[in-house]
Amino acid sequence: MAQVLDTLVIIALALNFFALGVSRIRSVINAVAAQGIVLGVLPFFVHQEIGVRGVALVVATIAIKGFVIPLFLIHAMREANIQHEVTPFINYMSSLLLGAVGTGLALVFSGTLPLAKEHEGLLLVPASLSTVWVGFLMLTTRKKAIMQVLGYLLLENGIFLFGLLLLEAMPFLVEIGILLDLFTGVFVMGIIIHHISREFASMSTEHLTELKD
Amino acid sequence: MDITHNAVHIILAFSMPPLLLGVIAKTKAVFAGRVGPPVLQAYYDLAKLFRKGSVFSTTTTWVFRAGPVVGLVTAGLAVLLVPLVHDKTPIPFTGDFILLAYLFGLGRFFTASAALDTGSAFEGMGAAREVTFACLAEPALFLGLLVLAKLSGSLSLATMLAKPDWVNAGASLALVLLSWFIVLLAENSRIPFDDPNTHLELTMIHEVMVLDHSGPALGMILYGAALKFFVFGALIVRLAIPVATDYPWLDWPIFVGGMLAVAVAVGVVESTMARLRLTHVPILLVAACLLSAFGIILLMR
Amino acid sequence: MSEVLVLLGTTLAASSGIPGLFLGRRTPAGQWLATLLTVAAAGFGLSGVGVFWAWGDSRPIDVPWPIVSGAAFAVAVDGLSALFLVPVFLISLLGSVYGLGYWKQSEHPENGRKLRLFYGLLTAGMALVVVARNGILFLAAWEVMALAAFFLVTTEDHQRPAREAGWIYLVATHTATLVLFALFALLHAASHSFALVPLKDGAATPGMLTAIFVCALVGFGVKAGIMPLHVWLPSAHAIAPSHVSALMSGVIIKMGVYGLFRVTSLLPNPPLAWGGTLLGLGVVSGILGVAFAIGQHDLKRLLAYHSIENIGIIIMGLGLALLGRSVGRADLVVLGAAGGLLHVWNHALFKALLFLGAGSVIHATHTREIDHLGGLSRRMPYTAFCFLVGAVAICGLPPLNGFVSEFLVYLGLFGSLTRDKGSAAAGAALAAPALALIGALAVACFVKVYGAVFLGTARSPHADDAHESGPSMIAPMGVLVACCLVIGLAPGWVAPLLAQGVSAWDRSLDNAGAELAAAPLGWVSLMGLVLLAGLLLGGGLLWCCLRRSDVARGATWGCGYVAPTARMQYTSSSFAQMLVGLFARVLLPRTRRPAVVGLFPQGTAFHSDVPDTVLDRAVLPAFRSGAWLFSWFRVFQQGSIQTYILYIFLALIALLLWRGP
Repeated sequence: MAQVLDTLVIIALALNFFALGVSRIRSVINAVAAQGIVLGVLPFFVHQEIGVRGVALVVATIAIKGFVIPLFLIHAMREANIQHEVTPFINYMSSLLLGAVGTGLALVFSGTLPLAKEHEGLLLVPASLSTVWVGFLMLTTRKKAIMQVLGYLLLENGIFLFGLLLLEAMPFLVEIGILLDLFTGVFVMGIIIHHISREFASMSTEHLTELKD
Repeated sequence: MDITHNAVHIILAFSMPPLLLGVIAKTKAVFAGRVGPPVLQAYYDLAKLFRKGSVFSTTTTWVFRAGPVVGLVTAGLAVLLVPLVHDKTPIPFTGDFILLAYLFGLGRFFTASAALDTGSAFEGMGAAREVTFACLAEPALFLGLLVLAKLSGSLSLATMLAKPDWVNAGASLALVLLSWFIVLLAENSRIPFDDPNTHLELTMIHEVMVLDHSGPALGMILYGAALKFFVFGALIVRLAIPVATDYPWLDWPIFVGGMLAVAVAVGVVESTMARLRLTHVPILLVAACLLSAFGIILLMR
Repeated sequence: MSEVLVLLGTTLAASSGIPGLFLGRRTPAGQWLATLLTVAAAGFGLSGVGVFWAWGDSRPIDVPWPIVSGAAFAVAVDGLSALFLVPVFLISLLGSVYGLGYWKQSEHPENGRKLRLFYGLLTAGMALVVVARNGILFLAAWEVMALAAFFLVTTEDHQRPAREAGWIYLVATHTATLVLFALFALLHAASHSFALVPLKDGAATPGMLTAIFVCALVGFGVKAGIMPLHVWLPSAHAIAPSHVSALMSGVIIKMGVYGLFRVTSLLPNPPLAWGGTLLGLGVVSGILGVAFAIGQHDLKRLLAYHSIENIGIIIMGLGLALLGRSVGRADLVVLGAAGGLLHVWNHALFKALLFLGAGSVIHATHTREIDHLGGLSRRMPYTAFCFLVGAVAICGLPPLNGFVSEFLVYLGLFGSLTRDKGSAAAGAALAAPALALIGALAVACFVKVYGAVFLGTARSPHADDAHESGPSMIAPMGVLVACCLVIGLAPGWVAPLLAQGVSAWDRSLDNAGAELAAAPLGWVSLMGLVLLAGLLLGGGLLWCCLRRSDVARGATWGCGYVAPTARMQYTSSSFAQMLVGLFARVLLPRTRRPAVVGLFPQGTAFHSDVPDTVLDRAVLPAFRSGAWLFSWFRVFQQGSIQTYILYIFLALIALLLWRGP
């Protein structure tokens, strides 16, 4: 059981790096979608019994993170007619290395956290910290708005990973609420992307500085 | 027992490699909906090349001829170091994997020097790319070896690969497997790193280095490259299929099947992926290093 | 007996340049005399080492030296000293012979005599450093060595670059000496004597021990050229005459390594952090040293950066050995220390070989610029072959000597993982991939050098008019080639000597020889022989095939372009461009690219170079702001004698008013 869990978590980690290292936006969307699906099935392996509510959550997560949001983003991408993040603020090699350093630190740091006994050996905590870090990196170093949405999604995935530990304690409503938030957030961002690209004939967030007085 | 084992090892290691090239080509042909060359085409090519005459550039020196020889001999020695089945190789000793890696380094030194010996800008370009990408592939290989050394507690390749513990360290081993597959593609100049079939010198790596070689020298290069592919393929097969029955007549076919599967996998990758832009190649290699690095960090945690 | 022989050799070496001072400027007699004396010195010195190894005959000499209290003329040879004495005498001997052709008195009447005087003094200083067993004597010998090296760097002091390199060297070496003063003062405080004997347990607090270690690391690190402290090294090695560069790069920087080995052997109970620090610094020096080397296009500067890389490998070995001592793992101690010590020898051999080869190229073409050379292997076949052997050896490739020492270090690094699980030293294993990276980068760098300098076609008239050097320059290279081959093929012969060195370093080891014998050196030499046999066989096969079929000669395939020129070859800068790009964040390469405008742009040029980041971005700015800060004190410098007398008067009054504590 723990082996399968570790493997899934490592796949999620690997997807982080994939998302950091490629410039094709379509590939990043696919990676984030795949990560959403992987994270979606994780609850089955973290807890022995998850009940009907748990299953509902799993289905909802996979549906929204794995299909709805990615499809929506692909649509937005087509609409704005862009394929590549060409010149991020930090180049791909450096982002990869920064991501690796952050993940290494997460591994070290999670060793010092006072966790419950049954969670100690798990990779969930370092993976969650690392995913948050990678999402943060994407949010801050990419210029295209759609990449920032993806970074935001990664960030949320990281938080979700951490939340898995507390699945029993966390009310169903809260979890569903987060999903709804996420969905609305991405929806709003999608609309904004559309407007940015219409207004400035590009979707680089750099142009937003022109809006200030 | 040992003698037969070693004899089979040597015969298989020296006769099988060109077949793998044929299998890759066939797989690609199937994907493209063509009939493709016969599976044994590489053997015919080699036989023909060794009979052909050759042309040497007037700018070249003995280094140009040493390139193919060193490339072939180092690869030929390397196949004796790598285990095929069980925990036996013809030449087992502590630290043999270091020699294995450095033999390929020696081969690379002379192949790249031979390319520079022609004074051609294209071959210089290929040589520069070859040595550059090797710099990133080498650490990935060694990080994977660290995982195996840690798991087996041994420093001899045969014992390290005898029984990778997939049950308890599956995650680490999977990472290493993936990373080594990338290394295999890079070291053997396969798509997505290099396109062995392209005819545009500007984009190539390995093939452009050997543009000026012809006849027997080119045959040696081709055969050496096949041997090198065999070595990396064997590492991957041993890592991925850690079965060792007590029956040699079963183990050898399993290994051969594994090698063919690796060749098919490479063919599939070549058929489904495009060549990476040259500036993106280092990123993939660094990713391979990171994969292996996480493998060892997971173990040492 | 061995001490007497070594001291005799030292004296002869010190006096080797003196007779020439009394002979005329134009006569070659002085040079011949100096070389003869150096040969005799090396003969005595090496036979002293031989006597020590053969019979273990060591009678330390200890004569009090009443000038300073605590000082003594204490000299002894032990396993560690013996190992370092060999390169001192061997390389200085070969360099001196090489100088007969390279720096002829008749061609350099203005500075040949000075060069030989300080060359001898340098050799003597280094020999004395290695055998000194008293702190004061050590420092004295150290200063002789450092100053002699300064005068050698500035041999051609009429040229501005030589003077600049000399000044940087002088500042760096004296900063190091200052730290060494602190080091010996601390050692004196701990042991109450200047004798270099191991400190007893509890003789010093851990804080004190760490202070001593840090002083040693900085003081000796500057001399050794560990990465952030290496600022003096590249320009000094590039500017000095090539046989001096060989001695500097092959031997002088090893004195820093010797110092680190010696001081760490004196300190008891090293904590884990020491070994870890050294290992980390070794990795940084190794990777960045070779990365900077790849960016260079001055042949000798490139070789100088490779010295930093190799020092990194040696320091990795030492760090591993210290870690082994901290966690009580004899195998790590032996493999690390033996690997490091063997690499000291190996680097001395192949780096001297490469510098002599570079000197031969420079002598023939009068340029150090790699991109102006090319195609030299046709005109200088012997030099080209020797350089090739050196290049393969420095990349650590089998079957040459570099492989053996790197192999030992690798075994140690991997060994830290395997034998016992979860040991604190296991992190050391992560240095193994770094070593692999260093090796692959070195291959890239030397393919570039060898290809650009010796292969292809000549890129300039300099290279086109080159000629092979004389026998006095080729013979020393031949000796070094033979040494590289012998150590590479028969490492078993040097293993007992290494074991003696390791036991001298860690006296608590009682079976260094047995531990080292466990390393598969026999397999290494067997595989080396098999490889050589295979190469002969393969070469024979190709030869047979070529004889049976028709061979034609033609032009290089130009991909359809019909008028290729030599200038269209891949240059060393273009060869290195991708790798420099990968390391651009550290190397900070400077490029000057012209704008290309219009349909028919004018002729233009592209320029790129990789300056030393530490020197240009850290040290020089710091000195500049220091100079600005101190310029405020100029206010006090009035230039009139009355004001100065006033200062003295004020100082006197201040002293009278000040009550001591």
